[in-house]
Amino acid sequence: MLPQVLKKGDLGAWIEALGKTWKVAAPVLKETSVSDRTDAKFGWEWVVDPAEVRLDYTVTVLGPKKFLWPSRQTVLAYALAGEPNPQAVIEHEPQVLLGVHPCDITAIATLDAAFGKDVPDPHYLARRKDTAIVGLDCAAPCDESCFCLDMGSLHPESGYDIMLTPHRDRYFVEVKTDLGQQLLAGARLQPATKQDMQGRQAFTEEQRGNFHYQLPCEVKYLPEILDASYDSLVWEAIARRCFSCGSCNTVCPTCYCWDVADQIAVDLTKGCRVRRYDSCQLDPFAEVAGGENFRKDRSSRLRHRMFRKGKYILEQTGRAGCVGCGRCERACIAGISIKETFVQIAGSR
Amino acid sequence: MTQAVEANPYVPALARLAGVVDETPTIKTFCFDLKEPLQFRAGQFVQLGIPGAGEAPFTPSSSPLDPQHLEITVLRTGRLTDALHRLAEGDLCLLRGPYGKGYPIEKLEGKEVLVVGGGVGLAPLRALIYRLLAMTDRLKKVVIKNGARESAELLFRRQYADWAARDKVSFEMTIDRPEPGWNGRVGVVTTLLENIGAEVDIPNAYAFSCGPEIMLKFVTQKLLEKGFKPEQIYLSMNRRMSCGIGKCGRCNIGPYYLCKDGPDMCYAKIKDYPDVF
Repeated sequence: MLPQVLKKGDLGAWIEALGKTWKVAAPVLKETSVSDRTDAKFGWEWVVDPAEVRLDYTVTVLGPKKFLWPSRQTVLAYALAGEPNPQAVIEHEPQVLLGVHPCDITAIATLDAAFGKDVPDPHYLARRKDTAIVGLDCAAPCDESCFCLDMGSLHPESGYDIMLTPHRDRYFVEVKTDLGQQLLAGARLQPATKQDMQGRQAFTEEQRGNFHYQLPCEVKYLPEILDASYDSLVWEAIARRCFSCGSCNTVCPTCYCWDVADQIAVDLTKGCRVRRYDSCQLDPFAEVAGGENFRKDRSSRLRHRMFRKGKYILEQTGRAGCVGCGRCERACIAGISIKETFVQIAGSR
Repeated sequence: MTQAVEANPYVPALARLAGVVDETPTIKTFCFDLKEPLQFRAGQFVQLGIPGAGEAPFTPSSSPLDPQHLEITVLRTGRLTDALHRLAEGDLCLLRGPYGKGYPIEKLEGKEVLVVGGGVGLAPLRALIYRLLAMTDRLKKVVIKNGARESAELLFRRQYADWAARDKVSFEMTIDRPEPGWNGRVGVVTTLLENIGAEVDIPNAYAFSCGPEIMLKFVTQKLLEKGFKPEQIYLSMNRRMSCGIGKCGRCNIGPYYLCKDGPDMCYAKIKDYPDVF
């Protein structure tokens, strides 16, 4: 397919067209600080009015994970009167995530790997298969917290159906899949001119100039570095600041640990099994029946999280557990930074 | 759109309780006559649940050679186990599994096997013991050591004489504290391991242990002290497990998920992770 562009002014019409077939989710402005107008908080929402969609967003507080992996999910329903007859509950509908940054595309690839591995999770996969992803490339880091270049998530090779590259008043449109082609049926695309091609090239050069490596070593050495630091005093030192609030887990685009509980309907005739996000930073996470807790200390919980992000998930799924989006650092009230932690342990060996 | 789909790994089968055995004041064994036999390896676990109360992982205590009659022995210690202890014959449970690897039976040919149980830890080990008793012709020896806090908490006491009487099998038990009318050994279960070198040809042996974490820690220390190598020690690890198929992230020890790689782990694999015990 020949290179094409979409004028930014035609974005709304395209979203309208998409909305006829798919439910469309995109970043919108959630709130702006009164004292600092540049301090804007963006979030992923179902699009009600295409004019609200903000593809000029820097980073969202939460990633688009919730559309694939909701914070609460009913997995099973059964009767309480008579035979329980347990049945799986799988909910999904065709959806488009529009404007996903490269780090979040990479994070979704990690979730795909974790849920698709061995015995697949049918609840996640049903939603994933019904989801189209329109990527949106980043010309510059969203802020000082992000280190996506280091984590290898700035240039995902797959995991999206379309990639939009913004340049001045238009998006350069790269179609990756057949589904991507279908998504564009209602878009007022124009053939890319020579100027557009030059603009595309200028974007790449600008991007190259804006992103810099921040870790002192390549990310492939992280598992080894973490291994060597298991008994380091660094964990205790960082954990002294940690409140064990679990904000880092809540905002992480790759965190997927969950707990499950049964709920009974008020009329006592039926019940369901609901799973919901859990947090390895909370005290009861590693507590078992009888009261034994295998990660009682904050430092052991904090270390566990860092190891999940830098080592375990990579070893288990082949995909990094951290994409360098910086959300955990931004959300941390104690200012604990996973990037700084990696820098620190790499330097303290 | 909501739809029900077959062959979902989280959907349990129904299992009707055929009987409940009071083992100790706090431990009961739940017996199921299954419509569909549940083929499992000794040491593999199942998710046992009650509609409305949730589910939790348990390792069957019955023989893997009799997959129609499943028995699960449960210590009353939390919300779900409280609810389980209130069940009676005829009640319905939810059951899915089996999960995990199970004990490495294939490694035991021609070997000596040491089984060390503590409290309710003897429950999963009983599945192993049944398996071992059925293959004594291919084993050199089976040595069973069992401990409990007090005599009333000794699990499966009715079977000890039968085990001890078997060819190539020895059985010994202890309770933590002396009590009136008890003439047997007193002391924690590790005291039964002091002369293990005289009973077992250590280089040619495997040890399996299940019990409270503190016991596993001291059993492991004692076995290492007596000359067992980490590769020869298998420990039943106890962690929360919400899925059984490596998805919920809760039973993560180092690079392993106990639900897939365990729950009985070779000590050599996990010894370098301090949050093991």
